[in-house]
Amino acid sequence: MTESTMKAPKKALRPVKWMRENLFSGWFNTVLTLGVAYLLVTSVGPLLNWFFLDANFVGSDASDCTGAGACWLFISQRLNFFIYGFYPDELQWRVDVMFLLLAVAFVPQFIERFPGRKWLGLFGIFGLPVVGYFLIPGGAFGLEEVQSSKWGGLMLTLILAYIGIIASLPIGILLALGRRSEMPIIRGICVIFIEVWRAVPLITVLFMASVMLPLFLPEGVNFEKLARALIGITLWQSAYMAEVIRGGLQAIPRGQYEAADALGLGYWRKVGLVILPQALKMVIPGIVNTFISLFKDTTLVLIIGLFDILGTVQSTVTDPAWQNVAIEGYVFVAFCFWIFCFGISRYSQNLERKLDTGHKT
Amino acid sequence: MKKQTFDTRPAGPKPWNDPQVRSIFFQTIAIALVFWGGWVLVENTLSNMESRGISTGFGFLDETAGFGIIMNLVPYDATMSYGRTFWVGLTNTLLVSAMGVVAATILGFIIGVARLSSNWLVAKMALVYIEVIRNIPLLLQIFFWYFAVLSNLPSPRQSVDVGGALFLNNRGLYLPEPLTQDGFGLVWGGILLAIAAVVAIRVWAKKRQLATGQIFPTFKVGVAILIAVPIISYLAAGSPIEWDIPALKGFNFGGGITIIPELAALWIALSLYTASFIAEIVRSGILSVSKGQTEASKALGLPNGLTLRLVIIPQAMRVIIPPLTSQYLNLVKNSSLATAIGYPDLVAVFMGTTLNQTGQAVEVVAITMAVYLTISLLISLFMNIYNRAVAIKER
Repeated sequence: MTESTMKAPKKALRPVKWMRENLFSGWFNTVLTLGVAYLLVTSVGPLLNWFFLDANFVGSDASDCTGAGACWLFISQRLNFFIYGFYPDELQWRVDVMFLLLAVAFVPQFIERFPGRKWLGLFGIFGLPVVGYFLIPGGAFGLEEVQSSKWGGLMLTLILAYIGIIASLPIGILLALGRRSEMPIIRGICVIFIEVWRAVPLITVLFMASVMLPLFLPEGVNFEKLARALIGITLWQSAYMAEVIRGGLQAIPRGQYEAADALGLGYWRKVGLVILPQALKMVIPGIVNTFISLFKDTTLVLIIGLFDILGTVQSTVTDPAWQNVAIEGYVFVAFCFWIFCFGISRYSQNLERKLDTGHKT
Repeated sequence: MKKQTFDTRPAGPKPWNDPQVRSIFFQTIAIALVFWGGWVLVENTLSNMESRGISTGFGFLDETAGFGIIMNLVPYDATMSYGRTFWVGLTNTLLVSAMGVVAATILGFIIGVARLSSNWLVAKMALVYIEVIRNIPLLLQIFFWYFAVLSNLPSPRQSVDVGGALFLNNRGLYLPEPLTQDGFGLVWGGILLAIAAVVAIRVWAKKRQLATGQIFPTFKVGVAILIAVPIISYLAAGSPIEWDIPALKGFNFGGGITIIPELAALWIALSLYTASFIAEIVRSGILSVSKGQTEASKALGLPNGLTLRLVIIPQAMRVIIPPLTSQYLNLVKNSSLATAIGYPDLVAVFMGTTLNQTGQAVEVVAITMAVYLTISLLISLFMNIYNRAVAIKER
């Protein structure tokens, strides 16, 4: 090393310089910064006041909401309804058990190196629906029966999204395989099925499920409203799922198919042992993203008269006992959805980075 | 000596192992299943409809509807037919979709560019906007604008008054309506003339640039012509527009154009929601253009504006167009959420009221789905044509 080489200058964090580079470079940026800062300062103050300082947190009914700010009392008073709907109070432990199992199965998925997290995930996909099938409606093992018309709130939202995604997965896989099939007729049927469902809005599907399904079925066979909505959601969702999975199937190099053929594997063993394990792993982020959009779309069931979390809030904000609490209610629901969706989307972005092996074609 | 021939080919597979035979077999089964399923459905539906006393066919479209619709672009009143309600609903759907597409595109491009701004504060604000808006259900946002914001506006008597011509209250936004008088044809002529002139100038400028290399300021001259010629023809025709200004009559406003709160809430929510998705698409599109392209165009001596217009935007558009198309499709489909707040779109009017009154579930649902299918196919078609035009031309 010669005398003249100097160490690189230390990069000290100099706030003034940083601000000059990032906020006030040129007159246009300065004007922009000042404008945005002015808007922020003038709006954050009143918002904070409304949310926290002037808000009402304690009390028992609407008359206790005396401050100028938000009436959070309304949320805490009706929280039970927003979470369980009309589910009987003394049986709500069953729902709590399901919430707990759901958390046990899926929270470890966010933690790397959690022991047995794969098995917990598999339980979440295959075991949980079975447990829920017996626990939530009851009617077996000495559990009191609870009609599906009494389900509601956050619980119903989760049920719709969860069953929607779990049930649409196998159908979506079959459709995706069918669309990639070499048999023209099977391919045609799958393409038409997928494209028709993807072109129509969910609301028409739900209308169809609630109005037309009873006409399609033989007399005497009848489903409850919730089951009809679930059928509609599943069919609709499976078309989207199929497109996601098709992306994975297309990303598998041809050599994998040919190698499986060379080993003498039949179609189903080729697909089940070689292709799908690779393809599904590749599309996990895509599946998670479809789950997020389905989760948001479950709010539409309130239009056909089911009480999901938005439905329960919407029906209470029009309650004459509480005046002008619409904004509080909507903020609460928005917050619930935002936490879920933002958390899951961050997880999926993380996963995408991890699964990206760098040798995509 | 006679040459002995051996058949060296291996014996063919057994017929049940032959892929071709299998393929035909499975496809036959698939067709049979589809037809059988369809037949069972039709059979069930027919017998169910018969037992409920519902007639089949599209005859109901000519019957009198007998219900009012709060907003109609095509002439409508309660004495008209169910077929007319279809057109009213369809035009309302198309109106809110078109308004949404325009607003969401403008907003989305602005926010997408803001997200890449060198200004830290602006970039972070854009990020917050995107992450907040797209993680909240659209229906909730529509409810928020309709029930929490617009219905809290003042009543008609206390309405917000902008210059005595524009009024805002909880019944809607009232705008003055331009009524064209005699002689407005001259203005239309002026507009057509201006468009034709701009096209001609563009063709001529391009030809000249190719021949001589001289650049003609087409854009500036074009804008000047498009603004000046219609105004001159308007004045020449003697200002043939009269404004119908809304005025308070009794408890409500009359005259002018009304934007009902249902339309406004749906439009605002749809635009804001879709814009957050478009912003992300725009951002990734611009990022996909490699830095070398910018540097190369700088090296060629192109100024910043031309670099953007001739190098970055054309390449970014190639990445942006396909996902943008699916966002437009989503917007059109999402406009059906109008039902929840009572905006009379296709689903609310036709699949809602008309279906309930006639009970013709199968026909109504089939027509509605066919409409959405057609819109989807048309948008995809136009976007594919455009996409082909901007795609990389490889030799």
